[in-house]
Amino acid sequence: MHNIYTIFKKEARSYFNSPAAYIVVTFFLIFTGYFFGTNLFLMNQANLRTAFGIIPLVFVFFVPAITMRLIAEEKKVGTIELLVTYPLKDSEIIVGKFLAALALLAAALIFTWVYAISVSFLGNLDGGQVVGGYFGLLLMGAAYLAIGIFASALTENQIVAFIVALVIIFVFFLLDKILFFIPTPLVSIFEYLSIDYHFENISRGVIDTRDLLYYFSLIFFSLLLASHSLGRRKGD
Amino acid sequence: MIELRNVTKSYSGRRAVDDISFSVQHGEILGFLGPNAAGKTTTMRMITCYMPPTSGTIVVDGMDTNENSLEVRKKIGYLPEMAPIYADMNVLDYLHYAGELRRLEPAHKRQRIREMVAVCGLEDVLGQDIGELSKGYRQRVGLAQAMLHDPDILILDEPTAGLDPNQIAEIRVLIKRLGQEKTLILSTHILPEVQATCSRIIIINRGKLVADGKPDELSAGFHGQEIVQAHLKAPRDALLAKARQMTGVEGVREIPTDDGTIGIRLESAAGMDVREGLWKLAVAQNWPIWEMHRERISLEEVFRVLTQESEQPTS
Repeated sequence: MHNIYTIFKKEARSYFNSPAAYIVVTFFLIFTGYFFGTNLFLMNQANLRTAFGIIPLVFVFFVPAITMRLIAEEKKVGTIELLVTYPLKDSEIIVGKFLAALALLAAALIFTWVYAISVSFLGNLDGGQVVGGYFGLLLMGAAYLAIGIFASALTENQIVAFIVALVIIFVFFLLDKILFFIPTPLVSIFEYLSIDYHFENISRGVIDTRDLLYYFSLIFFSLLLASHSLGRRKGD
Repeated sequence: MIELRNVTKSYSGRRAVDDISFSVQHGEILGFLGPNAAGKTTTMRMITCYMPPTSGTIVVDGMDTNENSLEVRKKIGYLPEMAPIYADMNVLDYLHYAGELRRLEPAHKRQRIREMVAVCGLEDVLGQDIGELSKGYRQRVGLAQAMLHDPDILILDEPTAGLDPNQIAEIRVLIKRLGQEKTLILSTHILPEVQATCSRIIIINRGKLVADGKPDELSAGFHGQEIVQAHLKAPRDALLAKARQMTGVEGVREIPTDDGTIGIRLESAAGMDVREGLWKLAVAQNWPIWEMHRERISLEEVFRVLTQESEQPTS
């Protein structure tokens, strides 16, 4: 725990010290704010459905941007050599970095509470849906982050890490959008594998263990793969 | 303290380190020599558990690096080549971070950081970002983090690279002092550095171990013979003939001189000193000796011959 906390502190500080993180968060807020604002008055309903509908898509681009440097940069600069010769497990490095990225994601989400607060002035906002929605976004974001860290552990090139993460996440995102083309017996499998499908359940305010299990296992396996590929140093 | 047994490392088929075995005792300062790309860094990376050997075992303080990696890593302080350190952290923050990863108690950590800052001369740059530091300072930050937890074993990959002559002298003094109580392995391709600091030398070339011994053993025992050169004022033919008759002399050659004397080069078996015999001969014949010295083969020569010799059969 101590090692994870040390890594977390160091990574979180370098996030909040670097202009890149602020730029990425700003873009995230501009995009979500734009889509939220344009549709809210058209729909004329006091809920956050439009925001929760668009954030998963924005995450597809936002999350790889915050995870791409986590390990790829250390590999490129060579600092990974010192880090992994310190007495700490590869998994502790991965989890510490994952939690730091999650903190940045949570910080970005906190700013979107403005939407919830302004909507609550306009009408009767369903608190359960909002809490569920944020909980779902956090879980979904965490799953994306875990995939992003895995992609970052594969390469020393941040651009490659970004693209690989984007592609994997986008596939998970699209799975339930293409159900129309899938043979009927496979539909439920594709639906179950889709990140968005589980998010829709949670964002309605329904917290089902199946959905939680899905997210936690996705996070766990991605982090496991990331720590495995960090341990597999070049040359083997 | 450290033992390598038949260690091999291949990178996609190419053998970077090829069946190397050696051991390092407590209190030794081992100089690791070799041309670029000889496998020095790879060997050090395997000892520090950065990557496992393809085959063979490495035992550090009784523990296998594969099975007990975490415990081994606790005992080692490592300075990688070029001292890769986070550019966006300042020196003090970085040392605190390193101390926390080494799990030092807060009070002890602060005290060790103070000591290392003094030893490595970092007082003036504590608040600066490491990315802004000169190469020499970055190297010193790297040394400070390697020694922070007072490890029994220090592994330094080209510790004096990028330092100016004064700093190099300081680091050498530091290394000598550390070597009294710790085990050190340092790699370099600067030969005077090895002669100045190391108690033992290992030369590797193309992944293979080509020499292992004390610095003077390596240069003395290298040719397997002793060589004495002398300039005498004497008739040439008589001198050469008498010299050939001397006991122990196996070969005599004339060497050119520029002061009107006759130069000779005497070869004899290892351990056979012919200087006294030459002096007696000169006194008996009344030939003044202008100059006489025993030729010492320098480490440079040993290094050059060893690393070039083993290149020939492969190419």
